[in-house]
Amino acid sequence: MSNYTPLSVDEIAKRVAQDIEEGMYVNLGIGQPTKVADFLPKDKDIFLHSENGVLGMGPAPEEADRDGDLINAGKQYITLLKGGSYFHHGDSFAMIRGGHIDLCVLGAFEVAKNGDIANWFLGRPKDIPAVGGAMDLAVGAKKVYVIMDHVSKNGEPKIVESLNLPITGEKCVNRIYTDLAVIDITEQGLVVRDMVEGLTFNELQSKTGATLQQP
Amino acid sequence: MLNKVTESAIDAMNHINDGATILIGGFGLAGQPAELIDALIERNAKDLTIVSNNAGNGETGLALLLKSGCVRKIICSFPRQHDSYIFDDLYRSGKIELEVVPQGTLAARMQAGGSGLGAIYTPTAYGTLLAEGKETRTIDGVNYVLEYPIKADFALIKAFKGDRWGNLTYRKAARNFGPIMAAASKHTIAQVSEVVELGALDPEHIITPGIFVHEVVCVKGDK
Repeated sequence: MSNYTPLSVDEIAKRVAQDIEEGMYVNLGIGQPTKVADFLPKDKDIFLHSENGVLGMGPAPEEADRDGDLINAGKQYITLLKGGSYFHHGDSFAMIRGGHIDLCVLGAFEVAKNGDIANWFLGRPKDIPAVGGAMDLAVGAKKVYVIMDHVSKNGEPKIVESLNLPITGEKCVNRIYTDLAVIDITEQGLVVRDMVEGLTFNELQSKTGATLQQP
Repeated sequence: MLNKVTESAIDAMNHINDGATILIGGFGLAGQPAELIDALIERNAKDLTIVSNNAGNGETGLALLLKSGCVRKIICSFPRQHDSYIFDDLYRSGKIELEVVPQGTLAARMQAGGSGLGAIYTPTAYGTLLAEGKETRTIDGVNYVLEYPIKADFALIKAFKGDRWGNLTYRKAARNFGPIMAAASKHTIAQVSEVVELGALDPEHIITPGIFVHEVVCVKGDK
């Protein structure tokens, strides 16, 4: 066993932020993906979209400046940058489904090697189904990046041959960022772009439920 | 002289009868017409079908409406939230019917309803549990699901300023479903923070033209 340290949640978010370019219109999903905003380069114009009807989303306000009418899709208080705008849900999802959002970063329970994603419902009898914008984002954004742990809490691979959980969208994930690696989903299969220091390819493969390829 | 301004929220609920389908604006608490919902609870109409993005938060507004036992069915995109315990209990005990609709499809179905379209094809949810049993079609190589319009008897929405013709502006992200719901219902009731003179709203800034609005209720002390 080699010696390596998995990336922290912040480190994964920082890694994703490095790949976001100036001028991109980006939707950050609820939860871990929201953290990417904290690491976006301040010197670049990057437009954050929130599906409840905000483009040009800024950082969280000071407590005294919180406004109940200004929240993001995760229902957290936000601010609006200069040049930002508000619109209704029809326009907001036209931006998503119409292919105007360059990139969406989502969390996931599972991703299959063909880019299928499961992130909305575990499907157990006690679970209440709730989808929000997940299915619209999965099929609509030009590119979908996923942030997730490489394996589940029980050590099961979350990158799999085919999904075990209810699907959110077919063949829509382009890249996966985990605490261990960055993996592209290509026509040729899963291609490893990046691994944490000290981790071997064979170890990464052993934690992955589908065949990986070296670049 | 046409005047759509109604003095009280209670008066605005007079037309709402048992079995009505009602669109209720808001995303979480932003844009939720809390005072109109309070009046609807007081109206005590039964067997309602509610269409809203969420299924209520804490013990306010929509959550209280569900708790009142007036709602038979809710159509929404995201019922489960950290503070949706009133809905969660009703659902788990089989006291409320749930139809989950993807958020963009919810908006699109209401837009279709409000604009006279017979149905829409959306790529959203293709191949998922939420498309089971629905017609599909491949157009230009893309797979679509057929979805039917949502039309309603009433819409309760929260706007910012309104005039006696029913023209509305909104405030920040509280706009969310308001303009779409206004168009998709036969009778739209809007609560506003301020009623202004006709002509005071800049025509370039009117988001919902009065043709979609039937009653305007001024709610004092609201932002």
